[in-house]
Amino acid sequence: MESTILKTINFNAYFGENRVVKEVNIEIPKNNVIAVMGPSGCGKTTFLRCINRMHELIEGTSTSGTMLLNNEDIYSMHPILVRHKIGMVFQRPNPFPNLSIYDNVIAGYKLNGMKISKPDRDAIVEHSLQKASLWNEVKESLNKKGTFLSGGQQQRLCIARAIAMEPDVLLLDEPTSALDPISTSSIEVLMQELKKNYTLVVVTHNMQQAARVSDKTAFFYLGELIEYDITKNMFTNPKDTRTQNYITGRFS
Amino acid sequence: MKPNIPYRLGKSRFFKGLIIVLSVLCTVPLFIILIYILKEGFSKISWHFLVNMPKPVGETGGGIANALVGSLLIVFYAALIAIPLGVMCGIYLSENRNTRLANWTRLSVDVLQGTPSIVMGIVVYFWVVKPFHTFSALSGSIALAIMMLPIVVRSTEETLKLLPDTLKEAGLALGLPYHKVILRIILPCGISGILSGVILAVARIAGETAPLLFTAFGNPYFSTNIFKPMQSLPLLIFNYATSAYEDWHDLAWGAALILLIWVLLLNIITKIITRKWRVQF
Repeated sequence: MESTILKTINFNAYFGENRVVKEVNIEIPKNNVIAVMGPSGCGKTTFLRCINRMHELIEGTSTSGTMLLNNEDIYSMHPILVRHKIGMVFQRPNPFPNLSIYDNVIAGYKLNGMKISKPDRDAIVEHSLQKASLWNEVKESLNKKGTFLSGGQQQRLCIARAIAMEPDVLLLDEPTSALDPISTSSIEVLMQELKKNYTLVVVTHNMQQAARVSDKTAFFYLGELIEYDITKNMFTNPKDTRTQNYITGRFS
Repeated sequence: MKPNIPYRLGKSRFFKGLIIVLSVLCTVPLFIILIYILKEGFSKISWHFLVNMPKPVGETGGGIANALVGSLLIVFYAALIAIPLGVMCGIYLSENRNTRLANWTRLSVDVLQGTPSIVMGIVVYFWVVKPFHTFSALSGSIALAIMMLPIVVRSTEETLKLLPDTLKEAGLALGLPYHKVILRIILPCGISGILSGVILAVARIAGETAPLLFTAFGNPYFSTNIFKPMQSLPLLIFNYATSAYEDWHDLAWGAALILLIWVLLLNIITKIITRKWRVQF
């Protein structure tokens, strides 16, 4: 039996009065890739942003219910601590344009004022870039600005930046939607590598991608978690008609 | 009905010619001023002119050292006051676009920008000069700082607004505290825009005369004490150009050219900075 790393109990998220995530109960097992899919506006990105408490940064938003990371209530922890433990990769690659590749990777430590020795820093940078399978491409040019890289490389740099902090969970918000097919497949391969050390929650529009990369899939519709199952079961034998309709492309 | 193509083309050509002619016309005043001041001022400028004091009436030669140093000091202290205030205010405005405070601040900054410079002078005269019973360079700096403030605020705000929100989110998602995100990520990314706003503001206030008339007041002697009256280039030009003496007119022309070169240089530096320091996304 796999241990659960993330768990929500009757979790809701609001924009003002508007409830966009409704009574979600989900258990996410450790070292898995979880795909979150659903049509536009179904609340999947909002749900993802609730996990590392980015949702509350938007004015007028609120949440209710319980969300547990390793049985600890995320919403009674300090948000900064939550975000150390739960990393995030965004839809568009967003390396810090004022920093070098090296400094981008180490940014989480450096800008948080954590003092670490030069050899340790070098080790973290090399290790993180290797895990993001970017090391071989950039090891000669660590002092160049991160924005000199291609889109796919930038996205892997952002992944390296997130995993440098050694998070428990990595959230990916449509990480490949701004990338070309080759970069996309390299990120998908990377996800399989990363799940050895981390738990990944991936929001995706792309059903094929969900089928390819994930162990379990959650289907959101109109803010509700309709179905959550092993990916293979979900795509071969969906239990809910709405899931079936979505998978067979009857609405999108 | 067939459209008259040659007629249409002709009209287009006429229009294009018109905007070119009018654009050239816009640059004419600057060139006339430049040529005129160069003609009058160039022969007066020398090393001697820059490092010497004005001579008393009747003696030829003399320089503008006191006004040059005074101007530099007054503008320096004005910038020292206005830059931190203005940049902070600009950050607030770009971070909080629609709060009541932001709307009020934006309105007051706009009104401040349109306020006549002589009004700044009077206000600072009553606020600073009168209570301390003396004209002072510092009061001049305060008046100029108030003039600078709107330019710095608005250029900071406009620059930071253009930065993508994802940049801030990237920082916050790494668990960085808000102040670090602003100071270490957002500000460095917008530095070229903010700096060019600051430099343009410095260029703008360097030539202001009205706010200094009854604050810094002017001083025929050399002084670096900011709590005492101080000479400055615009004041020197104002006083000497309206005097009856030919030698003093020469000094005023030379000082005018120096001021013009100052403004021109700052503008060129701004152009270079915006090109060199721009952050690529």
